[in-house]
Amino acid sequence: MVVLSAHDLSVVKSDRLLFDKVNFSVEQGGLLYVKGPNGAGKTTLLRVLCGLLDSESGEVQYQQQNIHSISSDFHQQLVYFGHKTGLNQRLSALENLRFWCHQHAQDISDEAIYATLAELQLVGLEDVPVGHLSAGQQRRVALSRLWLKASATLWILDEPLTALDHSGIDLLMHKIVTFLQNAGAVVMTSHQDLQFDYPKQELVLEYRI
Amino acid sequence: MSPLLALFKRDLSLAFHQRAELMQPLIFFTLVTSLFPLAVGPNPATLQLIGPGVIWVAAILSSLLGLERLFRDDFQDGSLEQILLSGSALPLVALVKVLTHWLTSILPLIILSPLLALFLHLSEAMYWALLATLILGTPLLSLIGGIAVALTVGLNRGGVLLALLLVPIFIPLLIFATSAVDAAALSLPYNAQLAIIGAMLLLALALAPFATAYALKVSQN
Repeated sequence: MVVLSAHDLSVVKSDRLLFDKVNFSVEQGGLLYVKGPNGAGKTTLLRVLCGLLDSESGEVQYQQQNIHSISSDFHQQLVYFGHKTGLNQRLSALENLRFWCHQHAQDISDEAIYATLAELQLVGLEDVPVGHLSAGQQRRVALSRLWLKASATLWILDEPLTALDHSGIDLLMHKIVTFLQNAGAVVMTSHQDLQFDYPKQELVLEYRI
Repeated sequence: MSPLLALFKRDLSLAFHQRAELMQPLIFFTLVTSLFPLAVGPNPATLQLIGPGVIWVAAILSSLLGLERLFRDDFQDGSLEQILLSGSALPLVALVKVLTHWLTSILPLIILSPLLALFLHLSEAMYWALLATLILGTPLLSLIGGIAVALTVGLNRGGVLLALLLVPIFIPLLIFATSAVDAAALSLPYNAQLAIIGAMLLLALALAPFATAYALKVSQN
């Protein structure tokens, strides 16, 4: 079944046509890997796909329906991981994640959050303000959303490997493959090569002037 | 816990973490108001004449000082993106944020106001009128301010622009509020002025959350 599809998507940003008439569809268990040089519009494409930005023309569909017409259903199925971590620097990892879970209607106990943070090798850092953690640790806290929102069927990940160490990358890749094998769908960008054996669909964006 | 309650609690606890930043508008408010008796002289008649206006102008200016905090951090660290993608109703989110902002940065000003009324020799009748206008009028400051903050949050330095946008909009509020206190000084009824401020507040309460929500969405572009 097709989870996410784009139809003739065109986006103009600052009077520059980033991409024109992009078409693709991602099925259950499908991985779409968006490639391209800096400035090609990968982040913009991903933000359009989750409905944060509007496209110039064309539309994005989630299960054959326009994402703007079913936005609350769509957002319940989605985890978006962007360049900004979405973590308040003054609050601790636990407080940030607890708030995020409430906000996204996930009924998660503190124990589950502790367990997830332990899985991400953040034991002992649960109560430290996020601003005091290193960049990689902050990314790990933000990535724990992928563990916490078990009901999601679609992940949109913008450069998820940035600032992660080798064990972090392995952990995340393993999580992504497990999610895909359980009929999830993933759209992601990365400048690093993806080191796993999973059939992926590639979308290459070119830098246009 | 419902998403809105969680947001309310988080913003309160954030305000508690930022106590020092929250004190700044409060101290500014007190200082500006206490400058006037020193500058104009301690003549009770003069102070009574300018008192209500001074308190209101100081309240507007100090509310502008803290206003930028309303959405700035959430925008910069990406929490706003996550809230936009959470499926909760954005106008209600905006309303809750404005409410917590009012509770944490404007309510202390109102609590402090008896002291300032004393500085400025306001009579008791004038003080009650002032308090009524502050209670009805300051939520209006926060609601309208919320729209402007949401509009300017994408610009990196919106602080001065915010003041330039908002001060003219607050002129009607200022006129009705001070005229209510003037009426109270003459022992005249001031229900009409309060009713007008109340009407403005209700109108803002109905429309501002939607305008703020729309501006927040646009800020993502």
